[in-house]
Amino acid sequence: MSSTVRIPTILRTYTGGRSEVPAEGATLAEVVSDLEKNHPGISARILDDSGKLRRFVNVYVNDDDVRFAEGLGTVIADGAGISIIPAVAGGC
Amino acid sequence: MAVDAPAPTSSTVDLGPAAALSCRECGTRFELGPIFACVECFGPLEIAYDFGSYEAEELRKRIESGPASIWRYAPLLPVPADVADKPNLNPGWTPLVKADNLGRELGFTAQLHVKDDSGNPTHSFKDRVVACAIEAARAFDFTTLSCSSTGNLAGAVGAAAARAGFKSCVFIPHDLEQGKVVMAGVYGGELVGIKGNYDDVNRFCSELIGDPAGEGWGFVNVNLRPYYGEGSKTLAYEICEQLGWRLPEQLVIPIASGSQLTKIDKGLQELIKLGLVEDRPYKIFGAQAAGCSPVSAAFKAGHDVIRPVKPDTIAKSLAIGNPADGPYVLDIARRTGGAVEDVTDTEVVEAIRLLARTEGIFAETAGGVTIGVLKKLVENGLLDPSKETVAINTGDGLKTLDAVSDAGLTATIQPTLESFRAAGLAS
Repeated sequence: MSSTVRIPTILRTYTGGRSEVPAEGATLAEVVSDLEKNHPGISARILDDSGKLRRFVNVYVNDDDVRFAEGLGTVIADGAGISIIPAVAGGC
Repeated sequence: MAVDAPAPTSSTVDLGPAAALSCRECGTRFELGPIFACVECFGPLEIAYDFGSYEAEELRKRIESGPASIWRYAPLLPVPADVADKPNLNPGWTPLVKADNLGRELGFTAQLHVKDDSGNPTHSFKDRVVACAIEAARAFDFTTLSCSSTGNLAGAVGAAAARAGFKSCVFIPHDLEQGKVVMAGVYGGELVGIKGNYDDVNRFCSELIGDPAGEGWGFVNVNLRPYYGEGSKTLAYEICEQLGWRLPEQLVIPIASGSQLTKIDKGLQELIKLGLVEDRPYKIFGAQAAGCSPVSAAFKAGHDVIRPVKPDTIAKSLAIGNPADGPYVLDIARRTGGAVEDVTDTEVVEAIRLLARTEGIFAETAGGVTIGVLKKLVENGLLDPSKETVAINTGDGLKTLDAVSDAGLTATIQPTLESFRAAGLAS
């Protein structure tokens, strides 16, 4: 499955400055592995030492937060758009 | 960039005692700049200060002789020393109301206070945080101010931008309360409704920052967030100063992202470290609406991770389903012996009426959440009514009139004494 991953500014040192990169994988975990293959070092920024998504990383697949789906097990359809975004906040 | 790398913006930046940015998760330090997330771990960045060597008494006198605004605390904020001379809304120094009637009704034997932040220039606490963000925007040469907002922040940014001479373009969910839309739109900047909830708006803004379309924009609660958040510390400073330089024993604070609660705790800790107040235990309680209560749910379940929710509550200014500072709120509530509780929308409306009826304070729905949770905490024994307590009202009820729209005429009569007597209104 091919998808397009939007890369946040703080990770673009790993993608040669590109804000979007293609990736392969049937699940989010496979997509992250593929990103690591092509952009070494990037997965350690997205995943913690135990291999889970870091607490302050939000990942959206076609506008849906993967924490509402299956996390790293979320199925990635062909042509999906994936966004990796640092958690920020407003309100009180 | 990390402190050992060159950072051309930082050498010319004058933000008073702000010395660097520090990752709250891993401690990595960075030069001052318009960045908000750690490149090592994505953790949030916050200001690391060099407060210098003040004598406590000297600092206390300096603050007391300062302006009646948050700028009396300029030596403790990421702002230049001459901040009060620059065009801004001069927020803060809002009333700390002795809420004797409310306290009596809730069974308090100790003093209950309401810190009424509806008294700010745009009628919510957001003026405090925006005032700090504007100084960072000046320092980093931004010319357009922006934000993602549940409404209050949009108004605060619009007004502050107008006063300070910035352009503004702010983003809100398209279905906000009409009062908030008007109060954000009247200042003349761009006000853009996004078809989605607040979390969608926030995500959009995060992506806009990384795109050339958002180049040169200062998003007060995204890329200026480390500076912006510090404005909430002034609530802690004011409360303690208004109590006669004393810590309250209990505080009840609303939670959306959790930022305000964590910064109030930070402010209290700074006052202790600087010797401005005597160190003694205090408890911090968080308040959420049941329709958006991921932090309360995690607290009650004993979890230290927040599971995001899809918000469904009338308290839209607290409707953040994915609260970034939620884990820190859990840490603080547990460390201080406090709690996090939630109330239903019906209880929120009852609490708005309760505060209005007893103290003459008309709170927006977020204030209803806080007062509703205060009442519930007393009833369930988690908050001790024999200890001095401060509850924070963050905004004005005029912004959320729909919540109490059934309030109105209690009688309609002819302009005659007969009609007046017949209606049973005579004393």
